[in-house]
Amino acid sequence: MAVGTERAAASADDVWVPRPWVVRSATREIGDTVTLEIEPRDASAARPVAPGQFMMLYIFGVGEVPISVSGTGPTSGLLHTVRDVGAVTHALCNLGVGDVLGARGPFGSAWPIDEHKGCDVVIAAGGIGLAPLRPVVRHVLERRGEYDDVVVLYGSRQPDQLLYTPEFERWRAAGIQVEVTVDHADQTWDGHIGVVPTLVRHARFQVDEAAAFLCGPEVMMRFMAQELVDRGVVPERIHLSLERNMKCAVGMCGRCQLGPEFLCLDGPVFPWTRVERLMAVPEL
Amino acid sequence: MTATSVLAAEHLDRLFQALARREYTCVGPTVRDGAIVYDRIEGAADLPRGFTDTQAPGEYRLERRDDDACFAYVVGPHSWKKYLFPPERRLWRLRRSDGSIERVDADEPPPRYAFIGVRACEIAALLIQDRVFTGGPHSDTYYGRAREDAFVVAVSCTESAPTCFCSSMGTGPAVTGDCDLALTELVGEQHVFLVEAHSPAGRELVDELDLQPAATEQEHAARAAVGAAAQQERALDPEGLPELMGKSLESPRWDEIAERCLACANCTLVCPTCFCSDVEDISDLTGEHAERWRRWDSCFNPGFSYLHGGDVRRATAAKYRQWLTHKLGTWVEQFDTSGCVGCGRCITWCPVGIDITAEVPKLAKGEAS
Ligand SMILES: Cc1cc2nc3c(=O)[nH]c(=O)nc-3n(C[C@H](O)[C@H](O)[C@H](O)COP(=O)(O)OP(=O)(O)OC[C@H]3O[C@@H](n4cnc5c(N)ncnc54)[C@H](O)[C@@H]3O)c2cc1C
Ligand code: SF4
Ligand code: SF4
Repeated sequence: MAVGTERAAASADDVWVPRPWVVRSATREIGDTVTLEIEPRDASAARPVAPGQFMMLYIFGVGEVPISVSGTGPTSGLLHTVRDVGAVTHALCNLGVGDVLGARGPFGSAWPIDEHKGCDVVIAAGGIGLAPLRPVVRHVLERRGEYDDVVVLYGSRQPDQLLYTPEFERWRAAGIQVEVTVDHADQTWDGHIGVVPTLVRHARFQVDEAAAFLCGPEVMMRFMAQELVDRGVVPERIHLSLERNMKCAVGMCGRCQLGPEFLCLDGPVFPWTRVERLMAVPEL
Repeated sequence: MTATSVLAAEHLDRLFQALARREYTCVGPTVRDGAIVYDRIEGAADLPRGFTDTQAPGEYRLERRDDDACFAYVVGPHSWKKYLFPPERRLWRLRRSDGSIERVDADEPPPRYAFIGVRACEIAALLIQDRVFTGGPHSDTYYGRAREDAFVVAVSCTESAPTCFCSSMGTGPAVTGDCDLALTELVGEQHVFLVEAHSPAGRELVDELDLQPAATEQEHAARAAVGAAAQQERALDPEGLPELMGKSLESPRWDEIAERCLACANCTLVCPTCFCSDVEDISDLTGEHAERWRRWDSCFNPGFSYLHGGDVRRATAAKYRQWLTHKLGTWVEQFDTSGCVGCGRCITWCPVGIDITAEVPKLAKGEAS
């Protein structure tokens, strides 16, 4: 009998099954981080993907992890930049061209870039957090005229842990201000030293016209958002991408909850105003 | 109004026979290991006839009754979720062949269950899990199919336990619909079941049983018995609970509860609405086959909120806060219903007897002061 059983459009049993995708290229970005370009083996498995969304990437017999889209490849492929921190990410980082992995998705919410056309754009990232934001930078690059001042504020622990540095010149050439900082400098470093929020004072943008997109450690995002709000950025125009444990990505395993939010369905990208209070509560 | 008919207790097996003719797999209450649990049952003889349970915070005991009542117990450690959302289920099996991967198993159709003895609070729990598993943008096909096929024989409670608070939650003890058949058991001079059909399938089955209509006195007696069960010593006022939970996130009460809570996860496992799960990926020795299994998990378990080498919720206080604020608070925002049905299982099966109906007023007091 059908008591309150509404039939949903997609069945989760289907979305639970990883489809075969093929590695088209694998590029070591820095010591522990690799960018994979992957393509579905069967073109029908391809779905439109928006910047900010993530895929569940599966290594046969090892496990599955959420990884954001860090760009789109030249054809139908997706780029994923993976940092080797454990069993699954290690296996992902060791894939070679032609290898097959499993993938399902995309899942989650997207960066609201189009909604902020005409704005100044502040992109602030820490560490691997630049990966989910690179599609935003590329989006802005491709439509440079549609946005006003664009600033990338980026930091990592050490100079050799900075991602995508070869691209920075191209970004700067398109009139994007790129400010980079590290926590611990070495002899080679003559740039900023300190945490990412300290870069805001070097950034050239109009606070009342700015939209901000943040991704990195939660403390960094909280300080960054606060700093931007203090300077006059409209809180509703600040967006950030959050991370939690995730197993299903379809709102059923319950693990990615932050207060009322399911990060996999409602996030990972949220407006700051929606999560500010939740992020302030320790161990929520 | 649905007409009420009478089934004599000695003919209860006719109901099982009618369900068997319809090729249902009957599952329902039976006595095992000192508790009334849900399992395969073949007929009336498998029911906990002559048994009842006594419950208190942290306490459950089976006792003999001096009559032959089949449903004069309350609720045990099991709930129907174990059939719709099995404690472990294989999601898929993949094979690696010529460099690719392909699925080699098919979605197995769930059994066509007849649930025997579903209580009003448990119907409420089914309706809540319907929203969790089939009401969102993605749907759990197994749950959806098992649920759609299930034939629900509900029973209105004529006894309630001291741990029950369904009256205050508005979920029981009377069954008012959302089932196929609703029974009320009357013991006394005559041992009978009053039967109401609440669906076309239920009506068809009642017609086949060829029952007599209930006498007015019997209907009165049934109402009185269910009405007596509605008098409950525990209560939880659902009004304003989400707001209270939202305001209490940093209450010092969580630390006090954490001094007692063992983070054993019992409360979430016995809860008929908790839905959290983990997955395990395994592969065989040849490395050619891999499977994914989904298993019940709990926000109390280590690793549940694992991120970057540690759990987000490490302290027991944070874990207990997740359970209570989810169940009574954020659930409403997520699914437009409370996650609590007032069945009292979390109170009975908590080894240290933590009682949510006592903890909520303490949180409210903390807020007020
Ligand atoms: C929405 C989202 C986007 C992400 N995007 C990226 C990205 O673009 N690049 C990147 O390098 N990393 C990203 N991560 C983090 C990445 O998912 C974790 O580093 C990865 O899951 C670690 O798994 P592991 O097996 O390699 O490590 P281990 O630490 O060995 O993990 C052990 C177990 O914990 C689980 N686990 C650990 N961390 C997480 C997590 N964050 N989510 C779910 N399960 C976890 C894994 O399933 C694994 O089974 C993202 C996480 C989320 C939630
Ligand atoms: S209370 Fe805990 S186990 Fe139950 S559904 Fe909520 S998060 Fe999951
Ligand atoms: S409240 Fe009770 S049942 Fe729940 S985890 Fe704590 S000790 Fe276990």
